[in-house]
Amino acid sequence: MISFRHITKICLLSALLFLGFSTVNTVSAQDGKALFTTNCASCHQVHKPSTGPALAGVEDRWPNKANLYAWIRNSAAFLKTGDKYANDLYNQWNKTAMNQFPNLTDEEIGAIITYINSVPAPGAAGATGGAADPNAAAAAESDNTLLFGILTLILAVVALILLQVNANLKKLADEREGHSPIEPVPFWRNKSYIAMITVILFVVGGYLTSKGAMALGRSKDYQPEQPIYYSHKVHAGINQINCQYCHTGVYQGKQATIPSVNVCMNCHMSINEYNGEKMYTEDGDEINGTAEIQKLYKYAGFEPGKPWDPSKAKPIEWVRIHNLPDHVYFNHSQHVKAGKVECQTCHGEIQKMGEVKQFSDLSMGWCINCHRETQVQFKDNGFYSIYEKYHQDLKSGKMDSTKGVTVEAIGGTECQKCHY
Amino acid sequence: MEKKYWQSFGELNQSEAYNKEVKDEFKEELPFVGDESKSFLETAAPRRDFLKYLGFSTAAAAVAASCEMPVKKAIPFANKPEDIVPGISNYYATTYVQDGDVVSVLAKVRDGRPIKIEGNDLSPITKGGTSARVQASVLDLYDTARLRFPTIDGKEVTFEAIDKALAGAVGGNVVILTSTITSPSTKAIIAEFLAKNPGSRHVTYDAVSYSAMLQANEATYGVRGIPSYHFENAKAIVSLGADFLGTWLSPVEFSKQYASGKKIDEKNPSMSKHIHFESVASLTGSNADEKYLHRPSETGAIAAALLSAVNGQAVTGISDAKLKAGIEKAAKALNENKGAALVVAGSNDVNVQIIVNAINNAIGAGGTTINWGVLNHQRAGVDADFVRLVEDMNAGIVNTLLVYGANPAYTWFDAEKFKAGLKKVRTTVSFASKVDETAELCKFVVPDHHYLESWGDAEAKTGHFSFIQPTIYPLFKTRQWQDSLLKWSGNTSDYLAYLKNFWSAKLGGQTGWDKALQDGVISIGESATKPGSFNGAAVGAAVAAATSGKKAGKYELVLYEKVGIGAGQGASNPWLQELPDPVTRATWDNYVIVSPALARTMLDIDLNNGGQADAYEVNPPKKVVKVVANGKEISLPVLIIPGTHPDTIGIAVGYGRSNNIGKAAAGVGQNAFPLASISNGVVSFSNSSVEITVTGEKYPVALTQTHNRYDTTQGNRTEVMKELTLADYKKHPTEIREERDNELKPWGGLEKFESQGTIYPVFDRPGIKWGMSVDLNTCTGCGACVVACNAENNVSVVGKPEVLRGHEMHWLRIDRYYSGDMDNPNVVFQPLMCQHCDNAPCENVCPVAATNHSSEGINQMTYNRCIGTRYCANNCPYKVRRFNWSDYTGSDSFGNNQEGIVNDVVLNMNDDLTRMVLNPDVTVRSRGVIEKCSFCVQRLQESKLKAKKESRPMVDSDIKVACQQACPTNAITFGNANDKHSAITMVRTENPNRQFYVLEQLHVLPGVTYLAKVRNTESAHGEGKHETKKEAEHA
Repeated sequence: MISFRHITKICLLSALLFLGFSTVNTVSAQDGKALFTTNCASCHQVHKPSTGPALAGVEDRWPNKANLYAWIRNSAAFLKTGDKYANDLYNQWNKTAMNQFPNLTDEEIGAIITYINSVPAPGAAGATGGAADPNAAAAAESDNTLLFGILTLILAVVALILLQVNANLKKLADEREGHSPIEPVPFWRNKSYIAMITVILFVVGGYLTSKGAMALGRSKDYQPEQPIYYSHKVHAGINQINCQYCHTGVYQGKQATIPSVNVCMNCHMSINEYNGEKMYTEDGDEINGTAEIQKLYKYAGFEPGKPWDPSKAKPIEWVRIHNLPDHVYFNHSQHVKAGKVECQTCHGEIQKMGEVKQFSDLSMGWCINCHRETQVQFKDNGFYSIYEKYHQDLKSGKMDSTKGVTVEAIGGTECQKCHY
Repeated sequence: MEKKYWQSFGELNQSEAYNKEVKDEFKEELPFVGDESKSFLETAAPRRDFLKYLGFSTAAAAVAASCEMPVKKAIPFANKPEDIVPGISNYYATTYVQDGDVVSVLAKVRDGRPIKIEGNDLSPITKGGTSARVQASVLDLYDTARLRFPTIDGKEVTFEAIDKALAGAVGGNVVILTSTITSPSTKAIIAEFLAKNPGSRHVTYDAVSYSAMLQANEATYGVRGIPSYHFENAKAIVSLGADFLGTWLSPVEFSKQYASGKKIDEKNPSMSKHIHFESVASLTGSNADEKYLHRPSETGAIAAALLSAVNGQAVTGISDAKLKAGIEKAAKALNENKGAALVVAGSNDVNVQIIVNAINNAIGAGGTTINWGVLNHQRAGVDADFVRLVEDMNAGIVNTLLVYGANPAYTWFDAEKFKAGLKKVRTTVSFASKVDETAELCKFVVPDHHYLESWGDAEAKTGHFSFIQPTIYPLFKTRQWQDSLLKWSGNTSDYLAYLKNFWSAKLGGQTGWDKALQDGVISIGESATKPGSFNGAAVGAAVAAATSGKKAGKYELVLYEKVGIGAGQGASNPWLQELPDPVTRATWDNYVIVSPALARTMLDIDLNNGGQADAYEVNPPKKVVKVVANGKEISLPVLIIPGTHPDTIGIAVGYGRSNNIGKAAAGVGQNAFPLASISNGVVSFSNSSVEITVTGEKYPVALTQTHNRYDTTQGNRTEVMKELTLADYKKHPTEIREERDNELKPWGGLEKFESQGTIYPVFDRPGIKWGMSVDLNTCTGCGACVVACNAENNVSVVGKPEVLRGHEMHWLRIDRYYSGDMDNPNVVFQPLMCQHCDNAPCENVCPVAATNHSSEGINQMTYNRCIGTRYCANNCPYKVRRFNWSDYTGSDSFGNNQEGIVNDVVLNMNDDLTRMVLNPDVTVRSRGVIEKCSFCVQRLQESKLKAKKESRPMVDSDIKVACQQACPTNAITFGNANDKHSAITMVRTENPNRQFYVLEQLHVLPGVTYLAKVRNTESAHGEGKHETKKEAEHA
């Protein structure tokens, strides 16, 4: 189910980001982006109002820079000065106090503002981003295969013709020398041809059968419809919520765990409508974010405006996407905490997915390949201090230090590391 | 050169059938289902059919698999509790309480389900030890036979209805009948209840009574109680038939103590000496340094003789010369170790117990090996009280009877009289969690929680308290019986509130309570060790009575408890039924134990005759005999067990239970309790005159000793057992080392054996190398490890018919070896699990590489790759690989593929309720694969991950494998052998002289080392040695 729409989206987004960054002082904007993500993004967006106002053009709205900076560092203190703009703003946002950031330096705030200015408005991005042609890139990949196929076909035809020519010449030569010509056998009764075709059929058929058999039970790109349209793009991508906030088990246990309803309600008690950019399903239908939040309320047994009784909540029956067979032991904390593997390595760019889709095929070959190539935290993790020999080999150069100690080198591809 | 060790009579005789059988791993020819008389070629499914089926099933599987994938749901909590992380186990301290038995434990709770019981290291009594029954108790929680609601006359009612009905019905002369109660708060509740109902009383009844001890102690020490025993302080231990390592009083505690006296320091070897007198081979007798056999009717005379010998007088009244020498030897050992000696007796005869008290007094046991300052509360029943109750019931004086824990309709020798009396009681209430023999006769049944669902406390010994906290919400509509009592005595608080209130002042408020619950144990008011004040007035009369010489018949009978089944509490637990009895190695039955001598005269089986031994041993059906005692008769098959007195037979109690208590108990064995009798006011579990007649019938007994034997095809196995006497060991400590060196001479001797004994390269092991060591000197063979392994690794129960075919699945078995005299042999137990050979012969023969070696030294088994050729099992010299014949755990997706193949017990193990006990970290194996010990790899992985997450090297405390954790004697050590500071490295470096590998000369390089057994006896060398050698040659 790899749709072109998806590829288009990825290309569009990357093009958009690329264009965005290339126009401004990249170094400063990069720092600013990081600062924005860590400090501001939980309440502010650049072009949309969120918990706080949209930040695009913030510098122009404030009467002067000093006031803005003072406000950012300690909004409560600045309010007391009686500044009119600040007090108006405070009242306009239902007296929601802004967090204090006393440690931000002038340069840092400057960098954040530079970053904010560098983010183009959504409408503008569409116009420029469209210029890149995603189909060209996709087509380029299949080109070679086609070329080879055609070449093979041509060569095969040439070989066949040559064989026929050879046979005819032989026949002519035989006739000329006076040998009685052997009755020619038509090629469909020629045993060599039949044998050849049988072998080809067997090889091709066998290849296809075993490939098909291996694919049984695998479900790459599985993207079922969920009881609630939950968008990772909105939560983890746009709003930059840390994965661990919801998937609490990921550092501790086997399962990353799907958050319980009360975790959702931590935020959605107050966030009861969706005003972000439009969301679409894979089939192109528009999603009403607010309605989806209402679905959550139904599970939670929550009526806006009334106090919530968590004991009324019912669990949400999500459709499980990543299914491992029962005889496989997989532990999230082993990979994420001990191995320091990024979520995206296995789950793909989850922060850009609307509804989640299975990114990896979760086959054993896929696991093993990664274990062969990935280095363990050999020097940083105290556990590996017991591998004295490897430490010496690394030091003496016997072991390639750029390749490092892979998971395989410490036994990570052995059967009973995952099957027991 | 060596002593001959034998597991079976066939092996001793090198009989024909034995030699035929050891050549094959599996007993049966293929196909194993169907007509076994035909050969493979003549079977109903010849090659063409096979190919047809193959083709069809491949096609069917392909079609089935290519259908749509099932949609699975992932359902999170609605509100996640803070302390539950899915996939991570929590451990809660609680207490195993069954009747009087108390063991402090930790319950491993995974995703809300208790799945494993482990010992609580903080307990000052059991110190982290467990027993087979403790390990198996978690399965009882998920027993399908548990009552799911309260009943009146067998019909479901609500608790409100019961309370209402009983509000008027409880009254008059009320009796609370219980097994021994160790809980102080419960005692208080009972007292409250009794106070509310004037004229009522509490009667304590123990199925296997310790009444004689209580009465004897009252007579001689003025205390109706049992003191604390300290086997760890004893240099000389004499037991008169007390099975203190298996079933007597507090076996987990005693095993721990006993083992500390058996641990040997190589540099300064010394150990306790244990002399055992018994009539029927027991677990403790098998572990003794020296063992003497006697008739049960001689017990009194032996005790009296020992007393006079200890007092320096001559041994009189004993005609058997061997026995007489034994008594003299025992007296000498006791006298030599005054103040560090201990005598215990299992007899329920007041006179014997009084004499034993006198002996203990004479050898200065009080205050050293016996502490009267701390009493053991685990048995408190006095038989006379119960006799009076039965009389009162029959006289119609008792109006209301509340029964908790006790089950006299099954365990009382005169059950009929009890049942008759019960009919005359107006209101009968049972708190049994299953409809047991007594509960089915009671009008009201108010089922109690399982201990894993309960609150509570227990005082096993004075001042040592252990707490019970629930580990799961009650599965059924059950109620703690304390709650019922509180309600019926008009107290409005529930038991939890009562318990908290009872304790909070003593523990110092909420913090103290929380701490006590967290630790599970607390010791309050540690009292000083007291020698007790002995009053010898009763001794004279006791000696006179004991030696008066009861008239004994030709044959005598001993009723005994089995380690797993006890007095019948374990009968409904499939793990315990399938646990081979340590002594007889039989499963799923009780039977009559006879000696080889009696077998010769009575059954015409001469075990020294190869043919007759084979006929007896190889065929599961055993001759059935009828035993008549006290006019009651019982027909059971016969097992011949060396180490039993020639004129004595033994029968285990606890069998022949009602079908209501579970599928596992249904139709298994016969009830032997009726053969007991009452004499001098106490129940006697022996009978000095029984008649035995051979009935001519036969009955199959599922023995496991003859399964999984190992020998080379040439039949020239070198001994797998190494044993020494303490005297020899002191004289020549390096004997075993030299013996090994000698064996390995052709391949470079001990030092160079690894590299020179093979054509394979020597691999290095960076990082971790797992290793295990088993100390045969402290292993008592109790079987706790076997059950722990079952629970941890989802090992299947296969049922009796399958055990009969040699299909049992235990990953860990305990082999029993005999040596020496067949009538009274020495016994050694050897736990044998996969040896994780570094040069494993199983790995080389697997055609699909389903079994291979890990860099950490584990012999890995990959079930999903295994195609079931069983080559590996055939090539395993230790016979520790198990083939899953019939999908015992129901893991196949095809619904009814087990029907008609496995029996009811196994199907019951597949009930949704029972399956809750499965460990989610271990694959449930399907049919057609080999499985075996994995060194608890799931635990190893968990411990490594824990260390990695904390960024530190792994240490010993991170990892305990299941068998090691369960062991009450710490016989098993496990760890990283590459770590210079780990316990396993310590054990190996500190014991170079006792250490050996089983079948070392095969160069399979096992990962498990054994420490040789050292028996505290005189030298076996010199004259004696030559004799045994000659005997061996003749044989």
